[in-house]
Amino acid sequence: MVTTIIFYSVSLGLLGLSFLKDKKKTKMALKKAYIPFTKLLPALFPMIMFVGIMLTFISPELIGKVLGEESGIFGVMIAAVVGSVVFMPSFVAFNLGENLLANGAGYVQVGVLIATLMAVGITSIGIELKYFDKKMTILRNSMAFIASMIFAVILGVTM
Amino acid sequence: MIKLIKQYRWTLVLLLMIGGLSLIDIDYGKSALSITWQNLVTIAGVLPPIFLLIGLLDVWVPKETMIRYMGDESGMKGLFFAFLLGAMAAGPLYVAFPIAALLLKKGARLAYVIFFLGTWMTAKIPLFLFEMTSLGVKFTLIHVSTMLVLYLIGALIIEKLINADEKALIVSRVSALT
Repeated sequence: MVTTIIFYSVSLGLLGLSFLKDKKKTKMALKKAYIPFTKLLPALFPMIMFVGIMLTFISPELIGKVLGEESGIFGVMIAAVVGSVVFMPSFVAFNLGENLLANGAGYVQVGVLIATLMAVGITSIGIELKYFDKKMTILRNSMAFIASMIFAVILGVTM
Repeated sequence: MIKLIKQYRWTLVLLLMIGGLSLIDIDYGKSALSITWQNLVTIAGVLPPIFLLIGLLDVWVPKETMIRYMGDESGMKGLFFAFLLGAMAAGPLYVAFPIAALLLKKGARLAYVIFFLGTWMTAKIPLFLFEMTSLGVKFTLIHVSTMLVLYLIGALIIEKLINADEKALIVSRVSALT
């Protein structure tokens, strides 16, 4: 909510400033904002509807049950897959992680889940592919996945 | 009209899927729609101003400036700005892609743009504070510091794996999109 207010006021303020300095440039900026925005929407809407369907069936409670106590390496694998595929806002993910830890899930499982949720985006791959080519998208997501797994190992050693 | 339907065909397919789910169990449909709505509200909160900023940056920041601050020869300065841009961010990762596209179009170094995406993913300042309260200071510090180091290494590796021709192709592609 606060970020929304900040973002809107900053961007509208700068728009006003831009308008005062140069009307023609501002018009061009609006065009450059509007056209890519409308190009993104056809990829964005299906993605969030897909997320809506997915989270209907894969609820945080269900994830919690699967990653519960003593889920071991199997739990880590599930966490990695779920984290890569499922999409949820980060603050929801943190809440989920907190609850999982409170219910006895291991730090490593929770760590993998949080790291992959934030970094690997199978759900948003449609949008990523719109901007970058296949090779870069695959490389970036694989890199993020590997980084998440290394983080899990470090977490396992230190926590 | 036909162009519009063609453009939004996947949106229609997903709408039909939610409709089908509602026929199986009305609660499924309701839940899917309400989660979709929540996410739409979040998106409406960040996406339009971000695109507005992208438009303004595109017009007002000359390519030479971007190359000076984040280009191939910008060194530590480029790294610092990539980090700063990612850390000040808000919003889900897919919001970062159009920004990354603009940076590339304006001549930023590929590795820095990938590192910017990495920072966006793990080290946004508002989220950082939230993560500390939810998961603890130690967890958060290990998470953010290891991921940042690994992303930096990963970004440099990816840059090596993508040759000059492929990079030129990516840049021309994002230039067409913005």
